[in-house]
Amino acid sequence: MLDKVIFYFFAAIAVGSALLMITRRSAVHSAIFLTTTLLATAGIFLQLRAEFLFIVQIILYVGGIMVLFIFVIMLVNLDVAAQQIQYSRQKWVALALALALAGQVGAMLWRAGKLPGQGLLVRGVPAAESLPPNAEAVARSLFGPYMLSFEIASLLLLVAMIGAVVMAKKKV
Amino acid sequence: MLPVSHYLILSLALFIIGVVGVLTRRNVIVILMSIELILNAVNINLVVFSRLYGDAAGQAFAVFIITDAAAEAAVGLGIIIAFFRNRETVLADEMDLLKW
Repeated sequence: MLDKVIFYFFAAIAVGSALLMITRRSAVHSAIFLTTTLLATAGIFLQLRAEFLFIVQIILYVGGIMVLFIFVIMLVNLDVAAQQIQYSRQKWVALALALALAGQVGAMLWRAGKLPGQGLLVRGVPAAESLPPNAEAVARSLFGPYMLSFEIASLLLLVAMIGAVVMAKKKV
Repeated sequence: MLPVSHYLILSLALFIIGVVGVLTRRNVIVILMSIELILNAVNINLVVFSRLYGDAAGQAFAVFIITDAAAEAAVGLGIIIAFFRNRETVLADEMDLLKW
């Protein structure tokens, strides 16, 4: 019961502020609503017993990436952009295509839920008490079978850091 | 834990909202934020299936996706700053240097 209340609470906040994010005129408002969505998603991670990702989401996404976004919004003068038309010319085609995609995936989910005994949606879930400590489990996975991917990710961060510095330099 | 379909539908909703944002908005910064929203929707899926199968590998993948999102935001925002310095615009359809 409590699980249900928590899920619907955070899901409503996430979807509502995501909708507000793509419709607001001011980019600062969009950034604030995206922050709300990310925090609500962090709540859903916690409800799924992913404590490590919950804290990573808050520290890295909300504390790091969103601050970067707001910093850039401050550097880039958006007063002119806010006065102009916010949606591009292909907006109705784009909306129709996105809704078609939603219908397709939704139909797939609906059919998967009706498969007897073999669908994704009818499997026994391990009890929350039987799970190992979350940070330890993630670490065992990250530094065990996915060690190489972990190293590649750190290399990617290094390259991205150099790229960001080069891009934002005065003289390109 | 609720039935998985609840989480998948939430993730689908966030994904579609992100796609609509990418395809319809003109402001490049909002487009980048919509991409972050899409990546976030994928993360929900990964975490749900990780919980369903009791295997932390899904959460490890989610960590990789967050790393990716950070790298993409840093480089993308750098490009936006560089472009704004040269062309004084952040609207996607005015970025037409390569258009014939």
